[in-house]
Amino acid sequence: MRGFQLDEEYEALRKTVEEFAHAEVAPVIGDFYEREEFPYDIVAKMGRMGLFGLPVPEEYGGMGGDYFALCLALEELAKVDSSVAITLEASVSLAAMPLYRFGTEEQRRHWLPALCRGELLGAFGLTEPGGGSDAGALRTTARLEDGHWVINGSKSFITNSGTDITGFVTVAAITGEQPDGRKEISTIIVPAGTPGFSVSKKYSKVGWNASDTHELSFVDCRVPEANLLGERGRGYAQFLQTLDEGRIAIAAIGVGLAQGCVDECVRYVGEREAFGHRIGEYQAIQFKIADMETRAHTARLAYYHAAAGMLRGEPFKKEAAIAKLVSSEAAMDNARQATQIFGGYGFMNEFPVGRFYRDAKILEIGEGTSEVQRMLIARELGL
Amino acid sequence: MNIVVLVKLVPDTYSERKLSDTDHTLDRDSADAVLDEINERAVEEALQLKEAHGGEVTALCVGPDRAVDAVRKALQMGADKAVHVSDAALHGSDVITTAKVLAKAVGTIDGVDLVIAGNEASDGRAGAVPAILAELLGLPQLTHANKVTVEGDTITVERATDDGVLHLQATLPALVSVSEKINEPRYPSFKGIMAAKKKPITTLTVADLGLDPAGVGLSGAWTAVLEAAPKPPRTAGERVEDNGDGGTKIAEYLVGQKLI
Ligand SMILES: Cc1cc2nc3c(=O)[nH]c(=O)nc-3n(C[C@H](O)[C@H](O)[C@H](O)COP(=O)(O)OP(=O)(O)OC[C@H]3O[C@@H](n4cnc5c(N)ncnc54)[C@H](O)[C@@H]3O)c2cc1C
Repeated sequence: MRGFQLDEEYEALRKTVEEFAHAEVAPVIGDFYEREEFPYDIVAKMGRMGLFGLPVPEEYGGMGGDYFALCLALEELAKVDSSVAITLEASVSLAAMPLYRFGTEEQRRHWLPALCRGELLGAFGLTEPGGGSDAGALRTTARLEDGHWVINGSKSFITNSGTDITGFVTVAAITGEQPDGRKEISTIIVPAGTPGFSVSKKYSKVGWNASDTHELSFVDCRVPEANLLGERGRGYAQFLQTLDEGRIAIAAIGVGLAQGCVDECVRYVGEREAFGHRIGEYQAIQFKIADMETRAHTARLAYYHAAAGMLRGEPFKKEAAIAKLVSSEAAMDNARQATQIFGGYGFMNEFPVGRFYRDAKILEIGEGTSEVQRMLIARELGL
Repeated sequence: MNIVVLVKLVPDTYSERKLSDTDHTLDRDSADAVLDEINERAVEEALQLKEAHGGEVTALCVGPDRAVDAVRKALQMGADKAVHVSDAALHGSDVITTAKVLAKAVGTIDGVDLVIAGNEASDGRAGAVPAILAELLGLPQLTHANKVTVEGDTITVERATDDGVLHLQATLPALVSVSEKINEPRYPSFKGIMAAKKKPITTLTVADLGLDPAGVGLSGAWTAVLEAAPKPPRTAGERVEDNGDGGTKIAEYLVGQKLI
């Protein structure tokens, strides 16, 4: 990425995913959403076109692209639907990337090719019933016993954790005490189907209804010692890094949703009439859409900027937090205005803006709430 | 197995399509251009055959400079190389002159075992180029294929008609044209997109092919398009109140339309 002009191959990727989203996702996703059903076929198609391997090197079955390529794909998908976007985001950004970055050669070879093909999904279990924002306060434990980790505890709201193709959940757990008395936190790979690991019935959610979210419980769940991901005691640092990156990806989804609202509205106000005019002729409507476009555009610049910094290897914590904050707020504001512009139809699930309205709110909560983003930004300013 | 697949840039069916006022050729500036969907299926079939039997896939395109976008899409999907014939003299070519140029261009590619085309393009819809090209190349033609299988040097295709399925067979080299039902074309992957940047595209002119510019394009065409009028917009339906005689009224309407 140079400046803000997309290089030829990124533009080609963006266009391909745009075509895919319109041809393969848009016509069918509403039904999945209404039935709260996971769209296996769409995920399989996304897998075949390589979306799940975008930032992973080719030697592990990936596309040899980078994190920005993933973000572009997420934005294009989210212009049409957020459930499939978050399914991709969680599997790649929260599961495959940490595995690639911190995993052993054996772990990479074992999991990454199937993850990259989208044949298996990965999940990341950090949040617990007792709290998510204060991630360090987790209670799940893992103790080493005869060459096995024995895990006890529970996790809440875990994306991709209970599908038929879920391969594993990486679980953040307390594995001991550090010399200074603080908790030692590590991350452990728990394959789906391991005895003692149970997935409860899926949540009934306000949005993201075609994505998979469950509460998980671990009762004396035993996995081999070799399933430790990265160094013992480095879990906290690892997931902070994972979440910093993930924020850019969530920002891309927010921008997609915000832009999807603009696209839907521009089309609709040219057709809908009231008081003898197309509603798009009224300045009150035009100004709403102009504001929506402005929010989507500025939020896009924020995530492009954060991604560029990250890819150059510069510190990007503040930029990622800013991108996530502005884009999730843009998504929320745009969804509210788009629904208003659609009038009664905006309140109907069969119109995309109805879905956008329901899907926007979680963006201000997941992978760090807006309050947490502000805390991070303030901290980076030395406050 | 070496396969040549014909690709064409067409105006996107979702955008406004019209002819230019001066010579009734396609107004290329008025519409977004894309690789014709039927060609995507032709490329997909070529790639599947290559994946099963090895060999090389060459995308061949006759079209203006910007048709390189169609060529590039074929390369992104997985074709190995491309030949693009682009020449101002080609403007306004009809099916026969296009097929002549294609035939010459196929001749520049070594050891061709199979030529795959779409059965008809989504713009002109003449649907004649594959047959004429096969004739010019002296190849057996297996048109409107729904399914293609190759074993050794025998090629078999299935063609579905309203009455049943025809099974056609020929010995390679041959030409196949594929129908819409043949497959679901793949989307290019990012790896494919990156790889396409390094794949060779040979650009040729009419002179490179040893053809006389006067014999191609508008001047060489045997037919000329005079006009293309858009379909009239659909009119609002007729409403029939059912006062016990609804069935009769609908039947009368259908009889009036000569539908029953
Ligand atoms: C659909 C969905 C999918 C999810 N997927 C995953 C997943 O795959 N993996 C995973 O680990 N988690 C996942 N989560 C969990 C998500 O990351 C958490 O919900 C989020 O981090 C917030 O944690 P919490 O819900 O416990 O809220 P809390 O931490 O309890 O926060 C409650 C409120 O207090 C505010 N707050 C907290 N601390 C402060 C403070 N110091 N100052 C000011 N305000 C504060 C918060 O901002 C929030 O408004 C998912 C959640 C949902 C809803």
